[in-house]
Amino acid sequence: MNTRRTAKVIYAIWYREQVRFFRDKSRWLGLIIQPLLYLVLVGVGIASSMTFRGAAGGANVSYLTFMYPGIVGMSVLFTAIFSGVGIIWDREFGFLKEVLVAPVPRWAVAIGKSLGIATTVLLQAAILLILAPIAHVQLSVGSALGVLGVCALVGFSLGSLGIAIASRMQSMEGFQFVMNVLVMPMFFLSGALFPLTGLPVWLSALAHIDPLTYGIDALRNVIYVGGQAARVLVQYSIGVDLLVVAALAALLVLLGAWAFQTQP
Amino acid sequence: MTPEGMRAKGTTPGATTMHGATAGTATTTQRATVQGPAARTVATPAGPAAGTGPAASRAGAGPAIRVDGLTKKFGDFTAVDAISFDVRYGEIFGFLGPNGAGKTTTIRMLATLMPPSSGRAVLNGFDVVHQQVKVRESIGLVFQDNSLDDRLSANENLYFHALMYDMPAAEFEPRVREVLSMVDLLDRRHAIVRTFSGGMRRRLEIARGLLHHPAVLFLDEPTVGLDPQTRAAIWEHVKRLRDGFGVTVFMTTHYMDEAENCDRIAIIDHGHIVALGSPEELKASVGEDIMSVGAADPQALAPAIAARYGVEVNQGPDGLRFDVKDGAAFIPRLTADFPGQIRSVSVHRPTLDDVFLQLTGRAIRDEEASGLDQMRMHARAWGGGRR
Ligand SMILES: Nc1ncnc2c1ncn2[C@@H]1O[C@H](COP(=O)(O)OP(=O)(O)OP(=O)(O)O)[C@@H](O)[C@H]1O
Ligand SMILES: [Mg+2]
Repeated sequence: MNTRRTAKVIYAIWYREQVRFFRDKSRWLGLIIQPLLYLVLVGVGIASSMTFRGAAGGANVSYLTFMYPGIVGMSVLFTAIFSGVGIIWDREFGFLKEVLVAPVPRWAVAIGKSLGIATTVLLQAAILLILAPIAHVQLSVGSALGVLGVCALVGFSLGSLGIAIASRMQSMEGFQFVMNVLVMPMFFLSGALFPLTGLPVWLSALAHIDPLTYGIDALRNVIYVGGQAARVLVQYSIGVDLLVVAALAALLVLLGAWAFQTQP
Repeated sequence: MTPEGMRAKGTTPGATTMHGATAGTATTTQRATVQGPAARTVATPAGPAAGTGPAASRAGAGPAIRVDGLTKKFGDFTAVDAISFDVRYGEIFGFLGPNGAGKTTTIRMLATLMPPSSGRAVLNGFDVVHQQVKVRESIGLVFQDNSLDDRLSANENLYFHALMYDMPAAEFEPRVREVLSMVDLLDRRHAIVRTFSGGMRRRLEIARGLLHHPAVLFLDEPTVGLDPQTRAAIWEHVKRLRDGFGVTVFMTTHYMDEAENCDRIAIIDHGHIVALGSPEELKASVGEDIMSVGAADPQALAPAIAARYGVEVNQGPDGLRFDVKDGAAFIPRLTADFPGQIRSVSVHRPTLDDVFLQLTGRAIRDEEASGLDQMRMHARAWGGGRR
C-alpha cells in the first residue's frame, strides 16, 4: 500500500465526514444552541446566585468569563466523542461493511476519521468564537487562532478515543454506558464548570488524569493571554498543556487506529 | 432487451395447465410451451486469454476461488459445514439455496469479513485468512442488505467507492454514467439516498458494486425485489463484465430463473452443498417431464396411475406428480385412460426447483410452508413416494 493510495483512503473518509457534517442542518443548530444554553442558563444562573471565589488574589473575574473556555471544551468533547462513536451507527446501518471490505488498511480509515473529526471540531470552534462577547471575553486574532488550533488537536485526540471505543462495541446499547462512565465525568472533572483549585484531594487527583483538563487549561491560556485578570485561573503553563495535549493526540490516534484495525 | 435476456425468461418453464379442455387442443398448447426455447446455450467461460480487464487482474494459474472444507460454526450451530468447490476464472457461479442455508456466511468468509472456523479458501491465489488485503484487492461485493450511506447522494456514495478502490479519476465519470444508466438512476444522481425507495437503493448498491472491475465479483441476492426490466439490465451488465473483462461472478439467489443465467450452480442446503453443475446438468439429473394431475379423488387415482404406467406417484404441491418421457404426448393417453377422474393436467420440464425438491424433499420457495411438508408426509404414507 503506497503513500498515494493511503492518502486517498484518508481523504475518502475525511470527505464523507465533511459532507455529512455540512448536510446536517440540525447539527449546525445544535452546535450553537447547546453551548449557548450552558452559557446563558447555567452560566448566568450560577453567576447571579453565587459569588465566584475562584479567582485568587481578589482578581475581578466574572463566572461567565471563567466558564467560556470550559464551554468551548465541552462542545469539542461532545462533538469529537460522538463523531468517533458514530462508527457504531455505521455498523448498525450497514455502511461500515462497505468500508471494511474495501482493499485499504483499516488504520488509514481510522486516521481519516480522526482528521475528519478534527476538521469538524475546528469549524465548530470557529462558530463558538462568536459567543465570546456574551461571556465578556475579548479575543485577539492570535487568541482566536490559538483556540482553533487547540480545539482541533483536542478534537483529534478525543475523536480517536471515540473510534477506539466504537471499534470494541458491537451495538448501540453500549453507547449510553460510554456517555455515563466516560464523557460526563470527563466534562465535570475538566475544570470547565469550576476551578480545580482547592478541591478535595481525591477530586483533584481525578481531575489531573482527565485529558480534557489540559485541553481546557490550554484554551484558558490562549484566551486570557497577556495579563488579563483571569490569568490567575490557569493551572499550568501553556507549554505543559500543549505537551500533554499533543502527547495524548499521538497516543490516542495510535489507540484508535489499532482498535479499528483489529476490530472483531 | 437482449436475446440473452429473452432466452433467460423463456427458459422458465411455464407449466401450462388445462382445465376441462379437450385433449386435442391441450396437446397443441403443451407442445408450443415445451418446445419453446428450451435449450440454453451455455456461454463458454472466458479463457485465460479473453479480456482481462484493467482492474480484473488475475494472480496465479489456479481457479478463481478454491474452497476446501470451509466451515463456520456459531456456537454449537454449524452454518456452513465443510463445503468444498472451485470457481473457475470468468464464470458466473451461482449459490442457490433457501433462507438460512449458509450462502451469506460463505460469502462473508470468502470476502475476509468473517474468519472460518476451519477449512481453507483461496481467492485469486490469496488465502482469505492470511492475505486479507490481497483478497480484498481482488474482489467487489454487493451485500444482501444496506451498505450505502443514506445521508450522501448517489454520486457521493459512488465517489467514495471510487476513492476507496483507487479508481483512476478519468474513469470515474464514464463509469458512473454507465452503471447509473444500467439501473436507471442517472437522473437521480445527485439526490440524497435517504429519499430513495427501497428498490432504488438496491439498484444503487448494485451500480456501486459494478463500478470497479474486480477479478471476482460477489453478488449476494442482488436482484431481490427489483422489477423485471431492471433485473434484465443488470444481468446484461454482469455478462458484459464477464465477457469483456473476464470478471468472475459469484452470486447467491433464490430466483430459479436467475440461477439459469449462471454457468454453474451449487445448491446449498443446511450448510451442505447437495449438488453442483451447470443448470442443464442439474435439470437433466431430475430426468423426464413432470406431470401434475389434479384428481377428483387423489387417494384412489394415485395407486391406479402407479399400477397402470409403472411410475412412482407423489402428492405434490399442485396435485399428483409423476415423471414421464414425453409429457405433452402423454396427456391425451392419461385423460383417455381415466375418463372423468381428472380435473386438470399440467406438464413442465424439470426446473431447478424440481432439482432442489428432489435433493432435499423441500421446495425452495416454500420454506415456511410447513403445510407442504405435511402434505408430502401424507403422500409418502400412502403413495410409497420416492422422496
Ligand atoms: N452472526 C451470526 N451469529 C449466529 N448465527 C448466525 C450468524 N450469521 C448467520 N447465522 C446463522 O447461520 C445460518 C446461515 O445464515 P446465512 O445468512 O448464511 O443464510 P443465507 O443462506 O444467506 O440465507 P438468506 O437466503 O436468508 O440470506 C442461519 O441459520 C443464521 O441464523
Ligand atoms: Mg443471505
